Amino acid sequence: MADVALQPDRVGTAQPARKRSSLQKALKRKSTAAFLMTLPLIILIALLVLYPAFYSLHLATLNKSMQRFVGLGNFEFLFKRDTFWLVVKQSCIFAITAVFFKALIGFIVAHFVHNIPAKGQRKWRGMLLVPWVIPPAMSTLAWLWLFDPSYSAFNYTLSFFGIGPIPWTGDAAWARFSVILVNVWYGAPFFMIMYLASLKSVPEQLYEAAAIDGANWWQRIWYVTLPMMRNIIAITTLFSLIVTFANFDIVRILTAGGPLDHTHIFATWAFRIGIEGSDIPLGASVSLFMVPILAVAAIFILRDVNKRGNEA
Amino acid sequence: MADVALRKVVKRYDDVEAVRGIDLDIADHEFIVLVGPSGCGKSTTLRMIAGLEDISDGDIMIGGDVVNDVPPKDRDIAMVFQNYALYPHMTVAENMSFGLRLKHYPKAEIKARVTEAARLLDITDLIDRKPKQLSGGQRQRVAMGRAIVRNPKVFLFDEPLSNLDAKLRVQMRIEIKKVHQKVRTTTVYVTHDQVEAMTLADRVVVMNKGRIEQIGTPNELYHKPATRFVAGFIGSPAMNFLPCRLEDVGGTLQIRLTDRIAFALPPARAARYNTLPRTEKLLLGIRPEHLTESHAHLGPGVESFDTVLDVTEPMGMETLVYFGLDGTPVCGRVDPNAGAKDGAPMRLAMDLNNMHLLNEATGAVL
Repeated sequence: MADVALQPDRVGTAQPARKRSSLQKALKRKSTAAFLMTLPLIILIALLVLYPAFYSLHLATLNKSMQRFVGLGNFEFLFKRDTFWLVVKQSCIFAITAVFFKALIGFIVAHFVHNIPAKGQRKWRGMLLVPWVIPPAMSTLAWLWLFDPSYSAFNYTLSFFGIGPIPWTGDAAWARFSVILVNVWYGAPFFMIMYLASLKSVPEQLYEAAAIDGANWWQRIWYVTLPMMRNIIAITTLFSLIVTFANFDIVRILTAGGPLDHTHIFATWAFRIGIEGSDIPLGASVSLFMVPILAVAAIFILRDVNKRGNEA
Repeated sequence: MADVALRKVVKRYDDVEAVRGIDLDIADHEFIVLVGPSGCGKSTTLRMIAGLEDISDGDIMIGGDVVNDVPPKDRDIAMVFQNYALYPHMTVAENMSFGLRLKHYPKAEIKARVTEAARLLDITDLIDRKPKQLSGGQRQRVAMGRAIVRNPKVFLFDEPLSNLDAKLRVQMRIEIKKVHQKVRTTTVYVTHDQVEAMTLADRVVVMNKGRIEQIGTPNELYHKPATRFVAGFIGSPAMNFLPCRLEDVGGTLQIRLTDRIAFALPPARAARYNTLPRTEKLLLGIRPEHLTESHAHLGPGVESFDTVLDVTEPMGMETLVYFGLDGTPVCGRVDPNAGAKDGAPMRLAMDLNNMHLLNEATGAVL
């Protein structure tokens, strides 16, 4: 096969009589076969990703009734609105804070689980993964009940200590805290399982060498564990930043962006304007703002993966 | 620099006893090698000295102090691991100086010590590289450098050459010996390779099934093994063990190997074994180099016999010959020009001055 593929392409100079044989040759090429085999997936991606992406680009250039081309008018309008900048700020706070705590809690829990004897470890690993495997829409509904201002378990429990009632979703600061808390609860197990896998791949002898070298518990984490996990930490953090930044379900169910838009992030605000507010072009423009921000993160991820690939 | 002492040291894992009461005194500056088959407890013993394993019973002393409950970092030891255990994200210099930096040594002294160790190990050019950029032998040197810069009381080596190819292993063996001659630090070295043990050690500790079989200089172990295990473990190819019995024929003590082969014992040996009961089941231990080709002028105590060779292995400087005596496989070493051929008859000579007699039941060398 390989030598066939290496033959120079003679389609351009071929006589009509030889056309059929060059078609056969083309079909025999590995690259042609590979292309044909991946074609269904390429079509699927084109239909479900590329077409909507370009369609939303097109939508973003129309007026509210979607009948007139306004160019960058929608974007100009957004820049002038305070709510837009509030959403930008909130999206950044939401994503960065949530990812930071997901990573921190994941790291700490991974350490605990790693130190559980192998026998009981599977049980704990399974249980700790539960928040991540429950569909977030369902678990967020449960959280919504826990946060209920009058009858919730949280406020009921706190009342014994003379605290509260706390307006979990009613006050801007508490509402932001609540959506971040639920996102951390939902996402930390993913970090835990990634960090656990990474911890298991650190050779035990490095810790023994460090112990003999005189490193205490903290120094072993700082000088051995963290450097050894650097790659996995970078990749999971960036990956999670993208997913968290584009989060929709938790905010939508818990606060629907309220109170007074103070928990809206890009996806929920785009939904509010585009679908609920019937201004689809403006909603499309809002959602398109995620692209440059996420693209930067994606470039970082791919660069890191490439670097790792080259090192190996 | 310090001496190390183990007193009735025991290590139990749940219901398994990995080390069963070891007593060992290691003198200051001494190079001790723990050798034995895998699972004999040698690595566990080393790790207990390092403090990486708790001891279940007994005492370990370094420099006269009991260190049973002292953590590894306070025992003032340095260890070289089988897979080197270098920190992959640090350069060679950072790897070597890590322990000193943790102890907040002055920068100038750290630099001086690293430079000196690098010079000693001939790795000065590699000092800024990462472990990934080094070959196996170079990594081994760095691991040794990391131990040397600490200037510890004791060096511990855990099978440090196992990951190297045969040629490099010989080279590094000599390096380790040279380094020890220069720094003279008390060293405990674990290996399963008896050649390494013999070539490096001041004294060798042969371990088997969690116990010490014998402690002695390489020559003592080779020429005066105490048990069948030591006799069979030390030396390559291994010592032959042939079932035999003693008999008196016309006033001389004979050793009978088969119905047709019996040899008169040399006077010194006869006197030594004369008191043994003649009915006892015995084993004749004879090393391959004491089974050679026969020739016209055999010395006293050297007896010849005829056999048919099964297989020959020409090694260049010698030829190993394999044959059977009453079903027991036997190995001998003959001159490459002695004409040994597969399946051919040959007259061989056995040097009974270097024989060992063992009790078959207990394995004790008599």
